[in-house]
Amino acid sequence: MERLFTITLLLSAALVLAILHSLRRAHIRVEYSLSWLAAALASLVLSARPGALRALGGWLGVSPQAALGTVAVFGFLVVLYRLSMIVSELKDNNVALAQKVAALEYHLHRLEATREADARR
Amino acid sequence: MIGRTLLLIPAYNEETSIGAVIGEARAINPELDVLVANDCSGDATAANARRAGASVLTVPHHLGLGGVLQAGYKLAFELGYDYVVRIDGDGQMDPHDIPAILHALRTSSAQMVIGSRYLEKDDGHTSVIRSLGIRFFRAVLRPILGKPVADPTSGFVGVNREALAVFATSFPLEYPEIEALVVLRRKAFHFVEVPCRIRPRHAGRSTITPLKSVYYIVHVLLGVVVNILKFERHRWR
Repeated sequence: MERLFTITLLLSAALVLAILHSLRRAHIRVEYSLSWLAAALASLVLSARPGALRALGGWLGVSPQAALGTVAVFGFLVVLYRLSMIVSELKDNNVALAQKVAALEYHLHRLEATREADARR
Repeated sequence: MIGRTLLLIPAYNEETSIGAVIGEARAINPELDVLVANDCSGDATAANARRAGASVLTVPHHLGLGGVLQAGYKLAFELGYDYVVRIDGDGQMDPHDIPAILHALRTSSAQMVIGSRYLEKDDGHTSVIRSLGIRFFRAVLRPILGKPVADPTSGFVGVNREALAVFATSFPLEYPEIEALVVLRRKAFHFVEVPCRIRPRHAGRSTITPLKSVYYIVHVLLGVVVNILKFERHRWR
């Protein structure tokens, strides 16, 4: 059991370092890294303090490993849900922007056509 | 007063049919301006549409039917059109039916007029799956709209400026026909149906598969439910 917590501790630490590295390289924006950092740090703390997991497992009526798995799955589902909301907002903004660009291009072509027609007269 | 009217044709890779559709529509309804909302087609749709005498609005990347239609509605609203009639670019809709839609729009109090394939008799061009889907949505929409709708999936629709203002700000991005009815109902707007004919498409074939049909039903149902949740209570009657 301790080996599992050691592995999750190392993986959580690696995830925290990866997020910080991505932040430093500007591969991820601060506002989008926060939920990942929170999930990774929660996983890190729970792996470092198995006592809390034993208590949680006892309360849930499952083993500490199952409690860790449950917390991890729920935490990352929350992160994914938040990302889905962000992607949805980005898609809406993207569609509105594309529609605006199309309308501006339409007006530009009409202006050019009018100017060419005036020049020919 | 007749009011300025736009014929809006959403198109995606319709190079073989778009010219004929525009030509036929303009021959029958010469007073209409024609705008092709080109969903970033990879073929000669835009060029053929311009050659046939239409204006073309091209979105910079593929948006899907709802997105490109809304681009057309937004532009029509911005340009001050009083009425917009939408037909598809595949030639299935008969432009001879456009005057009936416009007449209903101008003389009734409805904000939307649907060209219905099922008001008089079944057109015979509808697949079994599509037919079942239409029956299902008729039953779902009946209590929501407060009246029966014979052809809720028809893409042959006319709207007046009031509905245009709504569509310019709120329009479903995917599978828009059914949800658009609920969007208008949310504003306590009304619709009427007029009979129209449907013909075999000029070119290409339908891409609807059984799996896509199931996805369509689930997607549209969820969209309808979401729109019901947005209903403005004081106007709900």
